Amino acid sequence: MIKQYKTFRGGLHPPDCKAGSAHKAIEDCPLPEELSIHLSQHIGVPAEVCVAVGERVLKGQAIGRARGMVSVPVHASTSGEVVAVEPRPHPSGKTLEAVVIRPDGIDERHGALSGADYRSLSPEQLRERIRGAGIVGLGGATFPTHVKLSPPPEKSIDTLIINGAECEPYLTGDHRLMVEAAAGIVLGINIFRRALGARRVCVGIENNKPDAVLAMRQACRETGIEVVALATKYPQGAEKQLIYAMTGREVPSGGLPMDVGALVQNVGTAEAAAAALSSGRPLIERVLTVTGPGVAEAKNLRVRIGTPLSHLIACCGGLKGVPAKIIVGGPMMGTAQLGLDVPAVCGTSGVLVLREEDLAVRPEGPCIRCGRCLQVCPARLAPTTIAAYARLDRMSEARAFNAMDCIECGSCAYICPSAIPLVQSIRHAKASISAKRKKH
Amino acid sequence: MLEAILSLGGIGLTAAIILGLAAKKFAVEVDPRELALLEALPGANCGACGYPGCSGFAQALAEGRADPGDCTPGGKETVEQVARILGVAAVSSDPQVAVVLCQGDRQHAADKYRYLGIDDCNAAQKLIGGPKHCPGGCLGLGSCLRVCPFGAIEITPQGLAVISREFCTGCTKCVAVCPRELIRMTPAAAEVHVLCNSHDKGAVVRKYCSIGCIACHICHKAAPQAYIVEDFLARVVYEHHGDAAPGVEKCPTKCIRDFAKGYPAGSSFLGPASSSKPDIAA
Ligand code: SF4
Ligand code: SF4
Repeated sequence: MIKQYKTFRGGLHPPDCKAGSAHKAIEDCPLPEELSIHLSQHIGVPAEVCVAVGERVLKGQAIGRARGMVSVPVHASTSGEVVAVEPRPHPSGKTLEAVVIRPDGIDERHGALSGADYRSLSPEQLRERIRGAGIVGLGGATFPTHVKLSPPPEKSIDTLIINGAECEPYLTGDHRLMVEAAAGIVLGINIFRRALGARRVCVGIENNKPDAVLAMRQACRETGIEVVALATKYPQGAEKQLIYAMTGREVPSGGLPMDVGALVQNVGTAEAAAAALSSGRPLIERVLTVTGPGVAEAKNLRVRIGTPLSHLIACCGGLKGVPAKIIVGGPMMGTAQLGLDVPAVCGTSGVLVLREEDLAVRPEGPCIRCGRCLQVCPARLAPTTIAAYARLDRMSEARAFNAMDCIECGSCAYICPSAIPLVQSIRHAKASISAKRKKH
Repeated sequence: MLEAILSLGGIGLTAAIILGLAAKKFAVEVDPRELALLEALPGANCGACGYPGCSGFAQALAEGRADPGDCTPGGKETVEQVARILGVAAVSSDPQVAVVLCQGDRQHAADKYRYLGIDDCNAAQKLIGGPKHCPGGCLGLGSCLRVCPFGAIEITPQGLAVISREFCTGCTKCVAVCPRELIRMTPAAAEVHVLCNSHDKGAVVRKYCSIGCIACHICHKAAPQAYIVEDFLARVVYEHHGDAAPGVEKCPTKCIRDFAKGYPAGSSFLGPASSSKPDIAA
């Protein structure tokens, strides 16, 4: 009998391209000459700088204070001198305020950092610690974790889902983390479970990572945490799709996971929370994958936040050929960069370098009504219709076709035989619709 | 046979009488001036007045809710005619036309990346601020062209929006749609304009555009009343009604243009001397 793996409706199978780094153990990336740590490491209000130029900072010391509810502090990722506080290029394409630190090589830890046994802390104290450590969602969305862990009292969360799907091609950081640091992840899961009081806890991993499934199953023995092997399909790791695959519940249009009693956290976030609670170490580093045909050797690296991409590439043996496209994140949902001078931020899950010959640039053709975009759309939208309306600037129609439900996964644009930039049109529609909403 | 004709004819006749009576009873009274106004308006339904089409505007005018001067595309004549119908004094303002304050087409201005997306300036602007190095330059994807109800805008083969001063009626639709705010309303009488929208310092502008304003102040020195330089960008003082031309030839980057001498290179709009292409400064 063929085993049916759990999954969602729609989706597709891009070539996974993970072989280059999937078997490589995580390496510690050496410190660069200079770290530029952005004050916007998360969605929400950027932190407020609280160190001065010329000051010596220690590893783990707060250099940015949280401002407002949806904000977390930012910490120095090593010890050294603050040489500048100025706008620097950010992977989002904008130039944003950053604290530039020249490491002194001592990597001296801030004295006040200490761990605690999470079982001795109340959910409230746990959230406070997580916030203080600057923990944000490491899956790429960088939503502050403490906010996610504080659902309004009328929404009870019964299911905590841990996202180990890593469905983007090329990326293998979460995979390696599950193989090498399963115990840490389980500790993090237990912290989240305690903070939330969730009844059911499950980890979803795509079945193309059997070693990760095995490692997590072993680490989860006798903890009551289920480890579920999911079908390998993009975008299995998208929040709503993952919830459907794991629980059969469907997040309503315009709704949030908590509307169906679920909450999703990434495996990397769990590991970061575990480190924050057990040793007091704030979020100052993350695991990411440097990969693609344009780098000499693909690697999984543990990287200090603020390390420039050029340094990461150098640690992987440098560039191979002339880079034509540099993407931060995965190839499906990542952001193309103008150069290698941007630093890694908390949301950087990977760096992908493609050469001219790896880019399949085709001229756009007319829609041939093949319907493939409709088949693959995991949000079950009609991408071709929404995109057509967006291009005619008829945004109310685009909205009527639920443009706002698009998760921007890029499946439709990927599959379209006519190379129509569907996601870009839909994104454009979404931006116009929300701009209009704000005005009224 | 006869029966059929009679019964059908009977039904038809009854229906006609009922409809005729109903039309009389439920007739909506239309202000006779409204029809005359509709006649006088250009009929382009461009929406520049802020009403849905000319009939909406005519209704608003008849009810005294709108100002005759709001129909910019109609020009002076329309405003006067409308004022005559309404029996008010015509307060026609100076006619205005839109000008694209940029000459940085593909030949003159550098791109920071290759853009392969949809032809929409607003969508392109969202990708790292648009493919042009210049933060204020024309993206040339034609969002303005598509909203212009009068066909007054074209995109040159080199990717620059050009507005015809003959066809532009001053409806300001293009001004609203441009994400880089580089289309400006100017008095139609003014033929000389500084065609640049970059507030970067001269040295920076030089790096990415060979025809941008480098804020060298030469125009201002040549004709201090006609040009001012503010925030690293020269601009024509339109309130000064004198001759702004003296600085035109002096500009080292050729970013001042006298439209009396024709449109930028590549434009198909007719001008007295469309052959006088701007030179590429070194
Ligand atoms: S990008 Fe949006 S419309 Fe396209 S497949 Fe994904 S969810 Fe559907
Ligand atoms: S996949 Fe492309 S060609 Fe096919 S229906 Fe969708 S938009 Fe049209």
